[in-house]
Amino acid sequence: MKIELEGRAVLFGDDVNTDYIISSSRKQETLDPHVLKNFLFESIDPALAGSIRSGDMLVAGRNFGCGSAMEIAVTAIVAAGIRAVLARSFSRTYYRNAINNGLIPVECDTRGIVADARLRLVLGTEGARVVDLTSGREIDGHPLPAIMLQILSEGGLVPYFRTHRDFITP
Amino acid sequence: MPGRTISEKILSRASGRDARAGDLVICDVDCAMGTDGSVPMALDYFEQMGGTRLFDPRCIVFVFDHYLPDPLAPTFPLQARARAFASRHGVTLYDCGEGVCHQLMVESGRTRPGGLLVGADSHSVTGGALNAFATGIGSSDLAATMMCGRIWLKVPETITIVLTGTTPPGVYPKDIALALAGRLGADGAACQTLEFDGPGASSLDVEDRLVLSNMSVEMGAKAGIFRADAKTAAYLAARTNEAFAPVEPDADAVYAREIHIDLAQLAPAIARPHQVDFVFGVGEAVGTPIQMAFIGTCTGGRARDIRQAAAILFAAGRIAPGVRLVIAPASREVETLLRQDGTLGRLAAIGATLLPPGCGPCCGTAPPIPDDDANVISTANRNFTARMGNASASIFLASPAACAASAVTGRITDPREFGETVP
Repeated sequence: MKIELEGRAVLFGDDVNTDYIISSSRKQETLDPHVLKNFLFESIDPALAGSIRSGDMLVAGRNFGCGSAMEIAVTAIVAAGIRAVLARSFSRTYYRNAINNGLIPVECDTRGIVADARLRLVLGTEGARVVDLTSGREIDGHPLPAIMLQILSEGGLVPYFRTHRDFITP
Repeated sequence: MPGRTISEKILSRASGRDARAGDLVICDVDCAMGTDGSVPMALDYFEQMGGTRLFDPRCIVFVFDHYLPDPLAPTFPLQARARAFASRHGVTLYDCGEGVCHQLMVESGRTRPGGLLVGADSHSVTGGALNAFATGIGSSDLAATMMCGRIWLKVPETITIVLTGTTPPGVYPKDIALALAGRLGADGAACQTLEFDGPGASSLDVEDRLVLSNMSVEMGAKAGIFRADAKTAAYLAARTNEAFAPVEPDADAVYAREIHIDLAQLAPAIARPHQVDFVFGVGEAVGTPIQMAFIGTCTGGRARDIRQAAAILFAAGRIAPGVRLVIAPASREVETLLRQDGTLGRLAAIGATLLPPGCGPCCGTAPPIPDDDANVISTANRNFTARMGNASASIFLASPAACAASAVTGRITDPREFGETVP
């Protein structure tokens, strides 16, 4: 399998917790990600949700998605048209939830990527590579284990389970 | 081959192969838990996956603890749907007011040495206090486990936390957890297990161990596990008839890191807004005015926590004017215990607001929400902006004793000022 994407970098710092991505109180009103996407990042930057465009890539520092394991922090991102998040490290629950919903988490050295940089991501069995088209720099991402790649390539855990009905050894 | 850590042993048993740090294994799950915060999405995923029946309903537990049982609330239909699902499929349901999920998973005897438990709530790591591998997952993973009884896990590396000595007066398990968070940082144990060991770990009672396991996730840990001992066995004796086998690490197990903490060197700690690892000695914040003190949650709402707070409050006999003191026992068992011994009645008499067991105030999903610009001191585990439902509030995390001392004076206060009144 091979996934290739291109998008604009939207920058974040370290320790962006899931409540900053989407306030947990929002999920009392609806679980519809197409509604929730309008409230993304509201407690840290109320203007941000309106500026995110389909195809953007989130670029963060360490520990992206820490805190609560709530999955709307992934589904609302996906609904906003974002297909990949690049971070120096992820919280493990965010990482799992991302894979399960077809959002590509790329663990790589994001230092040096500037706001609005044009990025190209190539993900395959041999690993992940980010090309920063603005600086010309190439960044290697940590490779994904086979089972995660398979879940991602099948479009997430729902299509994976519709096919296999169990976890299978890749 | 070198020896194995507790995590490697439990995941080897659960996966039926020799599981070593870094391996990806598919494991049989002993128990999977979801809450009213996470089950509604899990049911959506379950349906979308084509799920019609559960792999084994005896292994699934739902707990309603995040939302109030309010028919007028937007969350009521979510609970109603989960309630109907539980009834139709034979899932054990703890309805509103029974307690916080992590406390119930422990109290009910489901969390036992050597077990593999997953919960769709990040603080599911709490169960490690009873020598189980317990970890947090999302709603989609819960749905998958409901269907097939299994989950994939990457076998974590382990950091051994060697505790020695005993804590001085005024220092509590919460202070140990905060000290560790300050030292490791919010991702210092990312995807790793914290294995608590040493004479200091043995000296902690189960209720104290739960605080450390609970807070492990605030350092990014996948699990926070203690050895099983006579205290573990005594705790479980009253709660389950199921057999269990304690899991010990091999003497030549391989650890990623070893961290030593001399408990005698610790002092009361506080995490300042808005990060759990922004940890200082409580003295650094002493004098900061507070408008709310909250004693409760899966971290600091057990009987021992509330009694420690109550000792200070009763000695003072009052709450400072302008301070809202809110107390929520972690479960009905805790609530009953404290009602029977008179603690709750006396707390109410000095003006504390008593809430039914639940998570709401901690994560802003139920009142009381802090006032605008309020400073809150809390026994909870997270102090992120807007965590309690108001983005302008500032949350300080501390021990139950420090929260009580601060409620008495109206300012952040070192609990040692109240001398030896605390049990």
